[in-house]
Amino acid sequence: MADFLLAASGFVLLMVAVGLARILRGPGDADRMMAAQLLGTGGIAALLLLGAATGEDAVVDVALTLALLAAFASIAFVKAAATASRDDTAAGNGK
Amino acid sequence: MSVALDLLSIVAVVAGAFFFLAGTVGLLRFPDTFTRLHALTKADNLGLGLVVLGLLPHVGSALAGLKLIVIWLLVLLSGAVASQLIARATRQRDPDA
Amino acid sequence: MMEALNAGLALLLLALAAWTIVGRDAFAAVAGFVAYGLLLTLAWVQLSGVDVALTEAAIGGGLTGALLIGAVARLRDTEAAARAERPKALTRTLAALVAGAVTVALAISILALPDPAPTLAPDVAANIGATGVGNPITAVLLAFRAMDTLLEAIVLVFALIGVWSLAPDRAWGGRPGPLHLADPNGILAYIARVLPPIGIIVGMYIFWAGADHPGGKFQGATILAAMWLLVMMAGLTDAPPISRAWLRIGLVAGPLVFIAIGLAGAVAAGAFLAYPDGYAKPLIIVIELALMPTLALILALLLVGAPQRAGER
Repeated sequence: MADFLLAASGFVLLMVAVGLARILRGPGDADRMMAAQLLGTGGIAALLLLGAATGEDAVVDVALTLALLAAFASIAFVKAAATASRDDTAAGNGK
Repeated sequence: MSVALDLLSIVAVVAGAFFFLAGTVGLLRFPDTFTRLHALTKADNLGLGLVVLGLLPHVGSALAGLKLIVIWLLVLLSGAVASQLIARATRQRDPDA
Repeated sequence: MMEALNAGLALLLLALAAWTIVGRDAFAAVAGFVAYGLLLTLAWVQLSGVDVALTEAAIGGGLTGALLIGAVARLRDTEAAARAERPKALTRTLAALVAGAVTVALAISILALPDPAPTLAPDVAANIGATGVGNPITAVLLAFRAMDTLLEAIVLVFALIGVWSLAPDRAWGGRPGPLHLADPNGILAYIARVLPPIGIIVGMYIFWAGADHPGGKFQGATILAAMWLLVMMAGLTDAPPISRAWLRIGLVAGPLVFIAIGLAGAVAAGAFLAYPDGYAKPLIIVIELALMPTLALILALLLVGAPQRAGER
């Protein structure tokens, strides 16, 4: 059972690695934010699977903190990108 | 009894991993931002949800099980809000995307 | 199986770090950095450092990412110029040589460590009963090396003052950061109303769990700071002017309580920050309770930045 959970964790990590390609390619900021979001969720899943595999209960607390802070970080990202694009269009409209 | 629970865990975790695969493939292969957003939510809802379901029989206490469910709900909430915000920001930048 | 997982994680970390540094787009680099912090959390869990993993998840994943993205937003005007310039070949070669030399020196010093590495862990395990806490990290931070924790808290206050010193003269004493506007019925305001109560409960739980399990005041304070920042970002509340009395009192209250307990210890138990027998756990709890609001205030204010809007008279 522990081996299976470890393998599952490794698989989710592999998916995370492949999703990183989207951060690399873009082409827009939105794609990068979405890739970061997927990494957050995948990271939480991998963390939970690892914690169950090794029997370490405190890892669930780490995943809980990560869930909260990832929510905060993605909102901060989107807000920054939205403000930037609003400034862009304002500047482009002949200021 | 515990064999049945183990089997449930394995099935749920495999299904969850499949949805992560689907979400990642969608993120890489779909043609534009909005369709990619759609793929992303599959990993959030079903991927993590099934993984949490598969891990619930193995927790040491009711509090740990509650924490697992709270984690899933938090990821659902933040995923929904982030998707809305990203979609709106993309619409404003690129009205014909 | 575990080795394969660890090797894969290490390779992924290296690849991501290399890409983050080499890339030219600042926004993409910050996204890569947040992903890097996330993977580092996994690495710390693999190294059995769950407390460090908690701190990495909180600070490296969330707060530093938000801090860097704010910096990228401010630097957007200069980004085109920064991307266009390219240092001369001599500068680049020198930089490469110095970086390479530092890497080789680090590698040699790590590989030359005695095996088994010298450690005080057995001493901590032998004496932890006297402190009354179960988590050895909390025992080290707040009992055996409390002096370091006190100095770190004071350094954080100085860092905040340093950030404030970047304010233009006319804005001194005013509100930091721009005024955030958001539709009060929109989704950003929605999550800024729903998430903070949950975050506060989780933050207090992590703080309380730090006595016997991984956790503690620092991670709890980070979560509280992130929730306050979220409410500010949604425009539901404004950043307080830095001249407010409650703000300044809150910032110094934590270290002052810590110093007071230290001086009381000098009188009652013979050395600064010594705890009298049997009083260790209550004193540790008092210190943590006093430091947590201070830390949350400092972390949130560090992210909001220097005062930008002129103070109200």
